[in-house]
Amino acid sequence: MSTVRRNHVLRLLFVTAGMFGFGFAMVPLYNMLCDSLGINGKIELQAAKVASAVVDTNRTVTVEFVTTVNGGSPWKFRAEQPSIDVHPGKLYTVSFYAKNTEDHDLVAQAVPNIAPWDAAAHLKKTECFCFNNQPFKAGEEKHMPVVFMLDPELPADVDRVTLSYTFFDVSDVALKSTKEP
Amino acid sequence: MAHAHDAHAHHDEHHGPDKGIMRWIKTTNHKDLGTLYLFFAFTMFFIGGLMSLVIRAELFHPGLQFVQPEFFNQMTTMHALVMIFGGVMPGFVGLANWMVPMMIGCSDLALPRVNNWGFWILPFAFAMLISTLFMEGGAPAGGWTMYPPLVLQTGNAFPFLIFAVHLMGISSITGAINVVVTILNMRAPGMTLLKMPLFVWTWLITAYLLIAVMPVLAGAVTMLLTDKYFHTSFFAAAGGGDPVMFQHIFWFFGHPEVYIMILPAFGIVSTIIPTFARKTLFGYDSMVYATASIAFLSFIVWAHHMFTVGMPLAGELFFMFATMLIAVPTGVKVFNWVATMWRGSMTFETPMLFAIGFVFLFSIGGFSGLMLAMTPVDFQYHDTYFVVAHFHYVLVPGAVFSIIAAVYYWIPKWTGRMYNEFWGKTHFWLSAVFINLTFFPQHFAGLAGMQRRVPDYAVQFTDWNVMSTIGAFGFFVAQFIFIGNMLASCFGWFGRKQDLPNRVWEGAHGLEWTVASPAPYHTFEDPPTIGDDEITAVHDNPAHAH
Repeated sequence: MSTVRRNHVLRLLFVTAGMFGFGFAMVPLYNMLCDSLGINGKIELQAAKVASAVVDTNRTVTVEFVTTVNGGSPWKFRAEQPSIDVHPGKLYTVSFYAKNTEDHDLVAQAVPNIAPWDAAAHLKKTECFCFNNQPFKAGEEKHMPVVFMLDPELPADVDRVTLSYTFFDVSDVALKSTKEP
Repeated sequence: MAHAHDAHAHHDEHHGPDKGIMRWIKTTNHKDLGTLYLFFAFTMFFIGGLMSLVIRAELFHPGLQFVQPEFFNQMTTMHALVMIFGGVMPGFVGLANWMVPMMIGCSDLALPRVNNWGFWILPFAFAMLISTLFMEGGAPAGGWTMYPPLVLQTGNAFPFLIFAVHLMGISSITGAINVVVTILNMRAPGMTLLKMPLFVWTWLITAYLLIAVMPVLAGAVTMLLTDKYFHTSFFAAAGGGDPVMFQHIFWFFGHPEVYIMILPAFGIVSTIIPTFARKTLFGYDSMVYATASIAFLSFIVWAHHMFTVGMPLAGELFFMFATMLIAVPTGVKVFNWVATMWRGSMTFETPMLFAIGFVFLFSIGGFSGLMLAMTPVDFQYHDTYFVVAHFHYVLVPGAVFSIIAAVYYWIPKWTGRMYNEFWGKTHFWLSAVFINLTFFPQHFAGLAGMQRRVPDYAVQFTDWNVMSTIGAFGFFVAQFIFIGNMLASCFGWFGRKQDLPNRVWEGAHGLEWTVASPAPYHTFEDPPTIGDDEITAVHDNPAHAH
């Protein structure tokens, strides 16, 4: 085979390898894009530093809570109040209740999501059970607080925000990572 | 070419095919491999067709009658995988194997041994995939799109699915590299890029699409594999991953894949219509540019498959308008085909019937695609039978009709025996009637709200589904006419004679019609001199042809 053709084949193989890598590169690209544009309803899993803001008492926004247990596990998990009316700029505390109804210990992780997506950047939480893994003994129940505020820059057309938590059983992963160090 | 043959007659390597089964296993001949690819593709069409009949039989009436929902889901998933990766794609690769070297005047593909491997991977890939039907837990049932987290619930079949997809990908990529290197380096003198037959052009662009996106699919399914077995969290929300991201990566592959399955069909139709209209193709240059534009646009429209995941409005608008933009180059193509037929001396041999059927029915699929591209109405159509009707219109009377048309058109050249015209026409009319009976009612069922991938439905959809099932069984049975007709040409049944001229169709142009019928085992070992008559590309302004 001529050198020209061999080089051509090698170039195309190089492109193939590059596109295989590009498939994986889409993971950080996607996350960067979503973070910078704040478009997929993800919320920071770290406590926000809330500067004292002016409370906008003229504006009332309803925050609704949705809870789901992933994979149909028989645990109990619910918000202790279905919704709360809030003023932007003020801190509120709400409580969630969870019970491990299974006969073995487990580690759960709550993953939050928010709708509409453009409210995500304006929901600040100073305390949340979703910041850490939550270990549950068999039969254990917990009341877990969330302290949050909506900052006053929340887009004007948003009068209703839905905060959703999904509980995942991460016992396998959590046990593995605690053994590693 | 007879002269070139004589000059080489004493060479040892200038022998015919080996005898027996080893000919087919060891062959590196592009014609042998083209034949193998086509036989493989039609075997897969048969298996995938049987699966679709299971689906249609179950949907003949509301309620559950023949199969359990789990098995129904396996059928929808496997039907798609077998038809896409086993039927349509190898079918087009088979045609490329046979025709590309003969059309550009070279003796074989650039990498004949790789070509052999590329083919022989496929039977193993599909043996793995189809074997999952007999496993505990059954075959993959989460849909061919393999969305997590559902697909991660697949049982023992899961790693077989992933590795089968890897093997199909390797086969496609090697085939694509082979085609690109052949076309760009091995054309006969005088065959400049803008003189190449359109089938060669569309395959060149298809091959680039394959090289660009099959590795992305390989990456996506590899991430699924590590998510399931190695505790990574690419798509697992519990670990900070995002299941919607899989849909983005998958459709970044998936939308170009759609055009991989239709661009070669455009090339075939652009070859057949001028032959039987006895005119040159209208607007050759615009055909080339339209094909390239469609290929480019295919990379920036993927999220129209996922309008309902909750994208920002700006994203939905972008993907909606970008998608609708594709109608422009596609419209150019349809216009050119119609303009080619305009005032032509048309005759309606079987390949022409299938080509005209393609233009008409593919356009219907294109129009429903435009409807689906509209974000606001897609929220109603999403995951209904309207989508099923749309993509079957572009794939069955689109891609599959073009493969059938190509086989009718070139089988006299391949075997040296003409097919039976009466049975060919019968096959066309039965296919055309039954395929519309199958898929047209699905538009109505979908608009009325019938969901896809569900084995049961509300009773008001019964009439449409009864029609659809009758059509599907009719279409399946009609294909045996085609199989019989083609096998009779292959094996000389019914006393079919071998006395065809080189130029089987008197309106046909192109280098493949300058060699004997059947085409000798080796063609164009010396580059041919291309006569003016064999340049299928006619430019509006000949001064720009070079």
